Amino acid sequence: MTLTPNQTLSTMIAGIADGAIRAIDLTNILSSDFPVIVLPSEFGQCEPFRMETVSRYDANGPAWYWNNISMNEHTGTHFDAPAHWVTGRDIPNGTVDAVPPEDFIHPAVVIDIAPQAAADEDFIVTRAFLEEWETRNGPIPPRHWVLLRSDWSKRVGTLSYLNLKDDGAHSPGPDADAMRFLVHDRNCIGLGVETVGTDAGQSSLFDEPLPAHSILHGNGRYGLQCLTNLDQLPVFGSIIIAMPLKIKGGSGSPLRVMALAPTDAA
Amino acid sequence: MSERASREKRDPLARKKARHTPPSARSRAMHAMSARAAMGRFVLQVCTSCGTATYPPRDACPACWGELAWQDIENGGQLLSHTIIHATTDLYFRDHLPWRTGTVALDAGPIALVHLHRDLAPDDRVEVRILLDRSGNAALFAFPPDRGFDMTDPQLREFIVPVQGKTVLVSDARSAIGLAMVKALHDAGAGLIMAGMLPPTRIADADHPILRLPDVQMVPLDITDQVSLSEALSKIGGPLDIVINTARHVRSGGVSGGANIVEQRRAFEVAAIGLTRLAQSCGPMLAGRSHGAFVDIISSDALTGSADHAGFAAAEAARLSLLQAFRHEIREAGVRVLSIFTGPVEDEHHQSIPPPKVAPARLASATIEALQKGREQTCVGDVADDAMTRWLADPALYAREKNL
Repeated sequence: MTLTPNQTLSTMIAGIADGAIRAIDLTNILSSDFPVIVLPSEFGQCEPFRMETVSRYDANGPAWYWNNISMNEHTGTHFDAPAHWVTGRDIPNGTVDAVPPEDFIHPAVVIDIAPQAAADEDFIVTRAFLEEWETRNGPIPPRHWVLLRSDWSKRVGTLSYLNLKDDGAHSPGPDADAMRFLVHDRNCIGLGVETVGTDAGQSSLFDEPLPAHSILHGNGRYGLQCLTNLDQLPVFGSIIIAMPLKIKGGSGSPLRVMALAPTDAA
Repeated sequence: MSERASREKRDPLARKKARHTPPSARSRAMHAMSARAAMGRFVLQVCTSCGTATYPPRDACPACWGELAWQDIENGGQLLSHTIIHATTDLYFRDHLPWRTGTVALDAGPIALVHLHRDLAPDDRVEVRILLDRSGNAALFAFPPDRGFDMTDPQLREFIVPVQGKTVLVSDARSAIGLAMVKALHDAGAGLIMAGMLPPTRIADADHPILRLPDVQMVPLDITDQVSLSEALSKIGGPLDIVINTARHVRSGGVSGGANIVEQRRAFEVAAIGLTRLAQSCGPMLAGRSHGAFVDIISSDALTGSADHAGFAAAEAARLSLLQAFRHEIREAGVRVLSIFTGPVEDEHHQSIPPPKVAPARLASATIEALQKGREQTCVGDVADDAMTRWLADPALYAREKNL
């Protein structure tokens, strides 16, 4: 039986309403103490989130509460548009205001690297690792978000989230071959991670530095960072809704990321 | 955290102790003396016609009606008489009775009414210093000449900021200046040193030997973030006596050329808005204390601007301006606000500036000294000294020379 579009939508809404489909928030709380990526000191730095109360039912506004907020486009749980990276500078519609609305919703595949990341905080996702993963789980379908579940979000609130040591940051991420595999052979929509960047903490030292940024954005794909609750998603079958703010010419944006997943699959 | 022996214990039901300040109305001439006393100078007015030194400050020479000029002058003298005051209607002095005053024949000429160190007896030789009272006004205080500052004299303690046993917040303790400050406070016997750790923090930062001293407690703190500041202050389990603001954002750059707006904004966020935030949050805590003090480390570039560190200097100038306002505002609560001026510091932020530079340890020891000697303003190192001297002599010329 084929559903009409009307039936598809109403079935989905009914599923959310009756709990057969779960809405899962993949977003960390945007707060002033949420860590931002730290670049080597010769580069400009990312501004953290800041909130200044304008009024809170007080002399500055007796009946209303509101705040001024400021942050970098890449602060908190955020979206990277192709124009974020030099490789994506000429991608058409590469800024957040031009992301086509159909890209706001895509299915996801969740790859669990939590045991590996727990054993080795510099764990590198390689093509061989992904191919081996596919032999156990099945192929990564096209036009999917690839979400790396590292359980890194469980470190939020501790120094081990950024994990800055004397020789730099230490966190897991992919290498260049893995990224080419995901982009060219599996045609992913983008890469979503729990860490502060799509690339590994030590990736600036790779032979091909910062491969996730470079390869994703050079090919018009997106990045999602600082995700949480990936451990609540099934390997296959979830849908990601990720809509960056419509910042004119913006390179990325903090956003609310949510997933829809069958309740019984969790 | 374990309870600290030095912590103040208080009657839980006692009503909050009201803090009073000494009478503050002064003549314009006396304010001129206070401004110089704030720098630790001993000055008297000397007649430009007949050379007579005079005290208290006046508008004309009492001997010949000639013009008076401030002059740094010898501060020795002979104690002539002393009086112990046992009763007064003044609220401040009532809290500190008995109070001992005396008359001193200054070697420079005048006979002056002075506050007396407890170890002095009539006919003793004395050394007179001009200290600032709790209202920030100059007052002559006579010491035994060979004893220097005996900090335990309760009357003297009213004119200075003791460090021993006090709870001190260092706003940025991870910088070279901050670490040196924590160490100096520890050496001076501070009771509890709250060491502000500016995020992002390296995991190994917690292992720094200075920050691991037993009386040091690390606390995440970014004074550009109100939430961070409130949370840091909430971790001080008791009264806060002294705040030392070591936070600064040193970057080179010009105005039309080489200006980095992001860095410039950050410099203002830290130096200017950060100071306001810190003052707003800590001011009420300091105001409740008998020896509350707020210390700000400030660049001497604040006086004139600096062509090659334009944004930084502008932010420091804004900081100086705010500091003056804050000093005036909180003076009536008896809280002392200190400006510690420095030139380039021997740290990672001044790698490309040739010596002379100020060692962080020297900046820290000068800060402790300024507190304990009762100053409001100190210049540390040759660059800051020279800057202040030239700025006081001819601000327009110095601003021109400095930015050539």
